[in-house]
Amino acid sequence: MTSRERERLVCRCEEVSLGEIENAIDAGAATLNEVKRRTRAGMGLCQSRTCSRLIARIVAERTGRGIEEVDTVTVRPPVRPIALKVFENRSDEHEG
Amino acid sequence: MTAVDIAVVGAGPAGLSAAIEGARSGASVLLLDENDKPGGQLFKQIHKFFGSREHRAGTRGIDIGTQLLSEARELSIDIWLNAEVCGVYDNNELAVVVNHSTSKTVRAGAIVLATGATENAVSFPGWTLPGVMSAGAAQTMVNIHRVLPGHRVLMIGSGNVGVIVSYQLLQAGADVAAIVEAAPSLGGYGVHTAKVRRAGVPFYTSHTVLKAEGADRVESAVIVELDKDWNHVPETEKTLAVDTICIAAGLTPLVELGRSAGCHVVFEPTLGGWIPAHDSYMETSVPAVFVAGDIAGVEEASTAMEEGRLAGIGAAAVLGYYGADERNALSQVVWNRLDALRSGPYGRKRREAKEVLLRAGENAT
Repeated sequence: MTSRERERLVCRCEEVSLGEIENAIDAGAATLNEVKRRTRAGMGLCQSRTCSRLIARIVAERTGRGIEEVDTVTVRPPVRPIALKVFENRSDEHEG
Repeated sequence: MTAVDIAVVGAGPAGLSAAIEGARSGASVLLLDENDKPGGQLFKQIHKFFGSREHRAGTRGIDIGTQLLSEARELSIDIWLNAEVCGVYDNNELAVVVNHSTSKTVRAGAIVLATGATENAVSFPGWTLPGVMSAGAAQTMVNIHRVLPGHRVLMIGSGNVGVIVSYQLLQAGADVAAIVEAAPSLGGYGVHTAKVRRAGVPFYTSHTVLKAEGADRVESAVIVELDKDWNHVPETEKTLAVDTICIAAGLTPLVELGRSAGCHVVFEPTLGGWIPAHDSYMETSVPAVFVAGDIAGVEEASTAMEEGRLAGIGAAAVLGYYGADERNALSQVVWNRLDALRSGPYGRKRREAKEVLLRAGENAT
């Protein structure tokens, strides 16, 4: 693979290249979560909505596993990027 | 804390239909949408829909959206706009952020998740240049904001989204340089494809985009032929002078809230990827949490509306607004229409995939 190809960005938000993701996989990352922890891919503003499928395919092809085995993510609220000030502006409180 | 019988997340065709059906039972309904207007993708759909008369064939998406909204108003459905649902917690509590500034809690007897889908990306050298966008983004620019995204467009993907958006870009005055399709055959319905072909747009099957080039924005795209193993065929590169590249490479269901609620998900590539398993009333493995529309498997607006109706009926029934017999009778009418929509060569594959989800859903509940 050419160096130009390895420089291709896969995660736009965190500007992680194909080469960086391949290095992470070669160092042992075998799932989306593991690639994320090594490279920050998928941790940006879009929270991997754009790149998770792309990365899953790269991991699956490079490790010879199925997409459903590598495409595992942990979902935690908030599932949307929200400003911290929102937590100060609660318009209602829990009762009881 | 706001308390309602049924909270519906997403005011697209599925969510609107679920809200309407839920309200018809007598339940109080709150419909939430993160956008400043309800309707989801319907108001971008200026073309006529297909199907049978019950599916409003020959009606344009925008007119269906207008009709659903007026029904929702007649039923006094509460609609919160600019309302992002950020999490689903125990006791059917939704964390909602309104206007990006205020957080609110909604407690619902039943929840319908109708969050839709997100467009898939294709990554190639140059794909981060200005001028590369999803086909849906181009459609929003042209049909909602009346702005042309560029003057000469390369469309990646020949499915319905690719050919419909290509035609609408032509109508808006852009030139479509080519439509490339990685598969050896075209993906869209013949009637949409033929309109674009008659307008003189070249189609390249077994082709993909190799790269986009340009200093500050897209100035050209290089496409290349693929062999049957999806490898590039040497010396088949063609350079096209374009200022816009649209990506229509399928959709992925937006299932985060389903996962957040703890729904059991199943991987079903035919329907877009991970999808909450559900039963024939659209109820997930989490009691009183329902799904409808693209989150329950990527299909079309017509099927999304029917699934929304099922979810609305099902949600009303778990709250006691319908007895089991009434629920079953109302649902059967909808299922007859859904089965009709999922017939034929295009629908059959989707129906088989939906049956896998349903089996997983029946086992999980």
